[in-house]
Amino acid sequence: MHKIIHIARKEIMHIRRDVRSLFIAILMPLLMTFLYGYAINLDIKNIKLGVLDFDKSVESRELVTKYFSSGYFIPAESQVQLDDPERVLKLTDAHVVLVIKPGFAEALANRTEYQVGLLLDGADANLAAAAGNYAAAVFNQYLVSMLPPGMELPGVTMSHQVLYNPDLKSSHFFVPGLVGVILMMISALLTSITIAREKETGTLEQLLTSPVTPRQIIIGKVLPYIGLALFDGLLVYGFAILHFHVPMTGSNLLLFVFGVIYVIAALSIGVLISTLVKTQQLAMMAALTVTMLPSVMLSGFVFEIKNMPLFLQWVTSIIPAKYFILIIRGIMLKGSGIEVLWPQAAVLIVMTLVLLGIAAKKFKMKIG
Amino acid sequence: MSRAVDVVDLTKKFGDFTAVNSISLSVETGEIFGFLGANGAGKTTAIRMLCGLLLPTSGSGTVAGYDIYKENEKIKHSIGYMSQKFSLYPDLTGMENLTFYGSVYRIPRKQLKDRIDKVIETLSLADFIDRPSMALPVGWRQRLALGAAILHEPKILFLDEPTGGVDPVFRRRFWEMLYRLAEAGTTLFVTTHYMDEAEFCGRISIMHRGEIVELGNPKELIKKHGQPDLQETFISLISAEANNA
Repeated sequence: MHKIIHIARKEIMHIRRDVRSLFIAILMPLLMTFLYGYAINLDIKNIKLGVLDFDKSVESRELVTKYFSSGYFIPAESQVQLDDPERVLKLTDAHVVLVIKPGFAEALANRTEYQVGLLLDGADANLAAAAGNYAAAVFNQYLVSMLPPGMELPGVTMSHQVLYNPDLKSSHFFVPGLVGVILMMISALLTSITIAREKETGTLEQLLTSPVTPRQIIIGKVLPYIGLALFDGLLVYGFAILHFHVPMTGSNLLLFVFGVIYVIAALSIGVLISTLVKTQQLAMMAALTVTMLPSVMLSGFVFEIKNMPLFLQWVTSIIPAKYFILIIRGIMLKGSGIEVLWPQAAVLIVMTLVLLGIAAKKFKMKIG
Repeated sequence: MSRAVDVVDLTKKFGDFTAVNSISLSVETGEIFGFLGANGAGKTTAIRMLCGLLLPTSGSGTVAGYDIYKENEKIKHSIGYMSQKFSLYPDLTGMENLTFYGSVYRIPRKQLKDRIDKVIETLSLADFIDRPSMALPVGWRQRLALGAAILHEPKILFLDEPTGGVDPVFRRRFWEMLYRLAEAGTTLFVTTHYMDEAEFCGRISIMHRGEIVELGNPKELIKKHGQPDLQETFISLISAEANNA
């Protein structure tokens, strides 16, 4: 135990001297938070809405007003003498066209069947999907506001519901996942470099001729990085709460405990990489390749796993970030507890054991 | 007290390649033993086996009286190792390096401080002990590395080309320090490419292609092979072996 502490203390000295790496370790999470929080903002505002109101009633005008006051839609450039919605979409800058055929007010009053038409420009699939959702949401709000409480409007079947993220803010969805991605990258990167560096300088060999065991070396070297990674996690988490106003509906303690489990899994990847490669450069390349793309693309961070081809879905099950993103979204957005999330944590623990097991074996083979 | 190093038929294979082929040698306590050979002759592999960095493929032996297979941990407490590569932490100062290596051997803090002071004095390290070790000239770095290797007062010191890239003045002073260590009872096991250094050794062995082809006192070896000096002896031996192969 003493030896582990000495190694850890020395590692902290390395971290403090190596300003560049420390800079990366702290700056990268901040940069990524802003990048994903803002630049990759899937919230779509200022959708240009063209309106074809053939009903020309008080109610129809009220509906149109509702759209423009929602904050998501702005009027498209004026459509002079156009009454074909397709031509509106083609000839003006509108992304969406709302068509209110005659009989809207009547249908509202008599509760008969009626359909409001919505035409979407599918060229930007993202925008179209979002616009469709927003339009449906605004329409529902309008209907609800027109009805006395508890009454249903027969014939109107538009039932759009957004679960867990009623504000429709993509940052609420992204930023917690970002904690997972950043923890993975930082942990794997830094540990893989630190052990590879000792290989490069020959100090690992020197250490191995002393009475410290490989296990003591690895634990001693990794301990400080658990601290650094958790600090990074806290940083991004703080941003999520304070800056992006992501709701925290679950237990902070549970999130922290699962966070530690996840960080250790990520560090294990770094340890395994460093037993396999000889130079810092290779370690860095390997760590980024193994963690960055999979954690971003295949973890459910950006793309929904259930929409992936079956083969890729299968691949995602070996990506640790997938499990932590489920955990952190579950805790923050849904308030899930340990009874729901323990399988995810269990998978992470098993992964850690397997990774460290392989690493220890590789390490021994190097010596033998 | 048993011999410092005593190995029989030590062999190391990497796949099909035999790096060390059945070498046997023994080194007496307090002896300065030179380990010579061309590049790639298997010297470093042999030393790494003796230091517990590599497990032998076959053969048997003891280092500091401990079995090289079973008593690895005890061996590690009894030996010091200094490799051809400068193996201290470049971003740490000399003092921090010494303190760290000392602490790894679990030397009690107060005792460690005394030992560091002593090492600083005997190796004249005082002037540069507080500088990051990467900023030091090679010769001083080597002295610092030697200091780190002897802090725990090892019985046997393995030196793998300790003076590579060091100027002649520094080399001479380095060897004076080694002599002092030997006089104090430390066994030295040194590999080198410098023949003048080899002549400082009590006995040398010459390795070629994984085998020991000659072993004995440097002066006697020169006489035995009828050569003017050790350099010529070494070259004639190696080229004779190469012709045989």
